[in-house]
Amino acid sequence: MTGYLFLAILLFSLTAFYVGRSAGNGFVTANGRNVHSRPIYHGAFAAIWVGVPTLILVLLWLLLEDSVIEQLLVASLPASLTDGASPAQISLIVSEIRNVASGRIFSEPSPEIVAAAERYASWGMIARWAMVVVALCAMALALFLARTRMAPQFRARQAFERTLTIMMVFSATAAILVTLGIVVSLTYESLLFFSMVPPTEFFFGLNWEPQIAIRDDQVAGTGAFGAVPVFTGTLLIASIALLVAVPLGLMSAIYLAEFADARVRGVIKPILEILAGVPTVVYGFFAVLTVAPAVRDAGSLFGIAISPNSALAAGAVMGIMILPFISSLSDDAIQAVPRAMRDGSLAMGATKGETITRVLLPAALPGIVGGILLAASRAIGETMIVVMAAGLTANLTANPLEGVTTVTVQIVTLLIGDTSFDNPKTLSAFALGLVLFVVTLCLNVLALRIVQKYRERYE
Amino acid sequence: MAVSTAQTTPPRQTSDRAAQLRRRRYAADRRLKFFGLAAIVTAIALLGILLGSLILTGYQAFVQTHVTIEVAIDPELVDRDNPASGNYRAVVADAVQRLFPEADDPAVLQEGSRIVTNGAQVILRNMVVGNPGLVGTTFSLQVPVSDPYDQLTKGVIQRDSPENRRRLNDAQISLYETLEERGLIETRANWALLFNADSRFPELAGLSGAIVGSFYALLVCFLISFPMGIAAAIYLEEFAPKNRWTDIVEVNINNLAAVPSIVFGLLGLAVFIQLFGLPRSAPLVGGMVLSLMTLPTIIIVTRAALKAVPPSIREAALGVGASKHEVILHHVLPLAIPGILTGTIIGLAQALGETAPLLLIGMNAFLTSPPGGIMEPATALPTQIFIWADSPERGFVARTSAAILVLLGFLITMNAIAIYLRARLERRW
Repeated sequence: MTGYLFLAILLFSLTAFYVGRSAGNGFVTANGRNVHSRPIYHGAFAAIWVGVPTLILVLLWLLLEDSVIEQLLVASLPASLTDGASPAQISLIVSEIRNVASGRIFSEPSPEIVAAAERYASWGMIARWAMVVVALCAMALALFLARTRMAPQFRARQAFERTLTIMMVFSATAAILVTLGIVVSLTYESLLFFSMVPPTEFFFGLNWEPQIAIRDDQVAGTGAFGAVPVFTGTLLIASIALLVAVPLGLMSAIYLAEFADARVRGVIKPILEILAGVPTVVYGFFAVLTVAPAVRDAGSLFGIAISPNSALAAGAVMGIMILPFISSLSDDAIQAVPRAMRDGSLAMGATKGETITRVLLPAALPGIVGGILLAASRAIGETMIVVMAAGLTANLTANPLEGVTTVTVQIVTLLIGDTSFDNPKTLSAFALGLVLFVVTLCLNVLALRIVQKYRERYE
Repeated sequence: MAVSTAQTTPPRQTSDRAAQLRRRRYAADRRLKFFGLAAIVTAIALLGILLGSLILTGYQAFVQTHVTIEVAIDPELVDRDNPASGNYRAVVADAVQRLFPEADDPAVLQEGSRIVTNGAQVILRNMVVGNPGLVGTTFSLQVPVSDPYDQLTKGVIQRDSPENRRRLNDAQISLYETLEERGLIETRANWALLFNADSRFPELAGLSGAIVGSFYALLVCFLISFPMGIAAAIYLEEFAPKNRWTDIVEVNINNLAAVPSIVFGLLGLAVFIQLFGLPRSAPLVGGMVLSLMTLPTIIIVTRAALKAVPPSIREAALGVGASKHEVILHHVLPLAIPGILTGTIIGLAQALGETAPLLLIGMNAFLTSPPGGIMEPATALPTQIFIWADSPERGFVARTSAAILVLLGFLITMNAIAIYLRARLERRW
């Protein structure tokens, strides 16, 4: 039904367009050249005023309908069900009512629940029909108002363009809203978490055992939220990744920028870019399937026991993933060094290699450092490789052969499956997310600053 | 004359020390070049190992071993008027009995029934429900063999390895070999991989649910991020005044493009699911989360495409009396569309490979049928890969690799379209 409503809005807007345009045509035949806007703008004005407000209205309605009905439902429940019930119990009752209403009955529901389910279903129906009626009325009203405003001297083009500008400003603001949404939602849930667990424990505690019982009858840990081992694990894996990626990436960038001729460059650059386009879940499976067993076998060859989810395997695969970022950003930085510096060094009799190490690299250093910082931020925020290849238990160690866990692994394992937002286990994931967001944001801003500042110096 | 001689003769070696020094400097030069080349060769080799290991493990999943069974749909077991609730378990047991006519030991028959896939009853049921005329007839049908026997045929389980080290014992293998000798076993293309939904049994599991789910999610993502991205880019590039506010918007968009994807998943979980009450696991929510990540990409490429349109076009249009909006809508935007489309397709390809945010909003559910719409629970291709990678059955290893190859196939197609569009439509000024 909702789909048909969207179709109806589209058809109505089209109709409004034709109504407006024929009105405009009428003005032209009646008044000749003494008309302000071309007929097509009268049409566009009518269409945009019929379509857009109704569309916004319907979307808001769909968004809010469910929570409004739920509140009405909870208010209408008999006191015997709701008296003394916690919010979690009430939400259980509501989901049971929903299940009954949609025909998924598992056990014999009580008569109160059946009655509530009937109410729920009928209210849902009423809300849907009300939405259709309201939307159709709104469109008819909008068309009527738009038509009454149309006149030979009506500035339809300006009115249409103004509306268009408002929509564009809204779209540009949406990007800000996303950032705001991230900050507000993460901060809100983190504050809830910190009201249950003191921040000092989270930031300085050495013990991380968040798998606490959500229900009373579950067997689980007692709960400890010291995130230090999680942070050190993240840093360990990210440093291994950088140890793999920085030498390889920098060396390939040097070769591509200075030694390779244009044809070789044209072949190799796209191949390296393929590495950047491979989805991270593929890298994760590669780590589990090939790299981790290989690392283990290599270890047993030397008689060293290596954990199956060692930081080394996960970090090495992550290094392959960030390699193209480092090589392409370093390549750009080396290429951006002015021709004159290169020529000057060569003219003084320096070899190509000396020019690179003594002149080009120092000059390109800020760009390269910026690239490495961006790659580091990627490595810290990368999720799938570590979820599939790194460990789950927090382990305070610097040994790359042992399994460690990372911030992103913990977020995924804490939030997969059923989540309720009133216990520290779930909320701790948001606190970890906030830390991750802030750290990567700082790294990105710093990297962009460095890159920009350096670019300005040469331009 | 003296000058030109000095230019053509090689530089005279003043001393052995200088010659030695020069040799050393040249050697350092060659070393640097060698290291660079070695780094590139290593990187390309790593890519080769990555793709090679996926193809090596994955190609086997594109074929599937089938066994031909003779099925008699007994009208006593299956009612012609109500074929959905027939006793198909008995029909399959009967077919297994026909497969081993000489066997009368129930234990042998039990082993024999394990050769045929566990889903045979469901396959039969769907066939008969689709065509009730089959009731009372006898026909032969190719059904997949169960996973261990499939692995045996493909050589993953080796017949000459010690008996206690393999999943099938000698008796099971010899039973299977009698079928092979009678020519009932055939290996053919595994269309189920593309057209079945997920299943607990590797031999029946397919990607159709994941492909449909990914399609819906990308559709939602496109419908949100394409119009909004273009509108935002036009405003920022053509209308926005240069002030503090627009600076903040610019910095913010660049940063948004570098935020870890899992943070968008947290946002989706906290806002779309918790606050707005949208359904978990739905492609609608997945598409909304992905659109938040694609939006900055589309804004950035659209701005670059708008910038590339030469100012003379704008000036000419303004000169003949077009309004600013008309200049952009009638002239600049149509010229920038190829660049915008190219960037959008690349952005959508990135969104197709994105996994972490979809895990957080629950698109990793086990579902045995494709979603019917954007509000129904679904999986996506990358999350399906994640689910299969976690499954213990041996058959899922090959299928995970095959699913990855399918995903990479989609990504390559999308990027090829983008490259084609760029080469074909983009104009250099």
